[in-house]
Amino acid sequence: MIETTIFSLLNGLVYGLLLFMLSSGLTLIFSMMGVLNFAHASFYMLGAYFAYEMSIHIGFWPALILAPIAVGFAGAALERYGLRNVHKYGHVAELVFTFGIAFLIEEVVQFIWGKDQQPYNAPPLLDFPLFTLFNVDFPAYKAFMLFVSIAIFIALLVVLTKTRVGLIIQAAITHPHMVGMLGHNVPLVFMATFGVGTALAGIAGVIAAPVLGTYPGMAFDLGSIIFVVVVFGGLGSLAGAFVASLMIGIVQTFAVSFNIGMPDLLALLGLEFGADHFLVDLWTISLPQIGPLIPYLMLIIMLIFRPLGLFGSREV
Amino acid sequence: MLKVTDLHAYYGKSHILQGVNLHVKEGEIVSLLGRNGVGRSTTVNALLGNVECHGSALYKDQEIIGLKPHQISHLGLGIVVENRAIFPTLTVRQNLALGMKKANKFGRWSYDDMFDMFSNLRERADVPAGVLSGGEQQMLTMCRTLMGDPDLIMIDEPTEGLAPKIVTQVGKLLEEIANRGVSILLVEQKLTIALKISSRVYVMGHGQIVYEGTPDELRENEQIRKEWLEV
Ligand SMILES: Nc1ncnc2c1ncn2[C@@H]1O[C@H](COP(=O)(O)OP(=O)(O)O)[C@@H](O)[C@H]1O
Ligand SMILES: [Mg+2]
Repeated sequence: MIETTIFSLLNGLVYGLLLFMLSSGLTLIFSMMGVLNFAHASFYMLGAYFAYEMSIHIGFWPALILAPIAVGFAGAALERYGLRNVHKYGHVAELVFTFGIAFLIEEVVQFIWGKDQQPYNAPPLLDFPLFTLFNVDFPAYKAFMLFVSIAIFIALLVVLTKTRVGLIIQAAITHPHMVGMLGHNVPLVFMATFGVGTALAGIAGVIAAPVLGTYPGMAFDLGSIIFVVVVFGGLGSLAGAFVASLMIGIVQTFAVSFNIGMPDLLALLGLEFGADHFLVDLWTISLPQIGPLIPYLMLIIMLIFRPLGLFGSREV
Repeated sequence: MLKVTDLHAYYGKSHILQGVNLHVKEGEIVSLLGRNGVGRSTTVNALLGNVECHGSALYKDQEIIGLKPHQISHLGLGIVVENRAIFPTLTVRQNLALGMKKANKFGRWSYDDMFDMFSNLRERADVPAGVLSGGEQQMLTMCRTLMGDPDLIMIDEPTEGLAPKIVTQVGKLLEEIANRGVSILLVEQKLTIALKISSRVYVMGHGQIVYEGTPDELRENEQIRKEWLEV
């Protein structure tokens, strides 16, 4: 029990911080431009595939640096040559546009790399158990993911609150026109934010793919959770995205690692049903079975009781 | 310094400005007066590239219609908008810092100039600007734009909704701005400050300039005041 708790917490932290690397960029882009970028997780996927392809030629470590940069440039180009032109047709057009881009990226990835999972793995240097607790190994690679996520989190915090660029970004979130009238190049700030946001998604892809897999459906799989996170935390709130990422990451990890089922709960209540009861499927559901659904359940409950999300100030 | 010729502006399909002509000479304080909704704010916003418009506006002999807001700002044309768009999550000092076009590039104005004029801002330099009172926020928006060292500043209704004591402070700041050689285009509805400090005034009605003269001439022209200004 205790080892499951400790490991679930650690794994949940790894997963939660990974979610934050994606949800932070999505949130920044949303609060600044008002666009919910449906293609955000596609940049996560691009990060993974770029890193995989590069690692074949130049090795894991250079690819770790170069792949997110390439993804960031792709994101900035999408803003500059795509979204900026679509902007004048309104938010709906922008949404449809990012939706289309998400499909396009998935098709292109399948066209180049095929439908199969790619053998992109953790480098041998990190392929050892960092420590063993109660006979369970904690892989060094997960510690590395944790380290990278925390470093990125601190860097983001410092840039946003301590640098002039960060102040301009914060100001542009509430009053983009005023920032422009004071002489700051707002279109450039938008493009850079989009680039950095997608690069963060790219980093997430690069470091997560060896654990979660490199396959064409990876964007969709994680993307749906990311949207749950940003809505749960409150659209446009970075603090909300952070808390929601950790909560959902940890809850989901706990759900899949604790094998508690309905029978156990019912037994606690002193109830027992025969194997031939007509609701037997319902009575025997276990937590790992519904684990993947839990974030959506949390979202529904949140939307019922607090439609703005944890820290949100705008209606969804 | 600023010469606006036949300026038309649109919000969607509605034709708001219908051929505005006005000019501001170097070192001059000019007021743009009129009732609510006649298009004064639209005029300053069109000049800053925030509203769809056509016509001509020469600033320092350069056409600015069609430029982006930040480009116009870099030519030395500043604006203080009417809704006090302070950055609420940033501190007073950070708001002032973002008024500057580059970090620590001071012109006619320094932080201390602002803090000496408005001791409230000095005391609250490190609190989020969102918690300031309405009057303090008005001072902050004006100071913020001044930190960018404009040569002509357009100020939209700086006294709206302020207590008389604070209106006096606004008047003092306007005089200080003029003393430092900055030209002013002041948008107002009330005549108190405008007539006292302006060298010329325009009166606007229905998207056009309906009167131009000196403050003394306007004081004597009861017909114009009745028709276009008094509520
Ligand atoms: N954002 C906007 N969208 C549509 N119409 C607007 C907008 N802003 C102002 N207007 C209209 O333009 C006209 C002029 O407004 P404005 O320039 O703000 O007047 P003033 O500043 O002189 O009070 C008004 O009739 C107002 O209703
Ligand atoms: Mg107005």
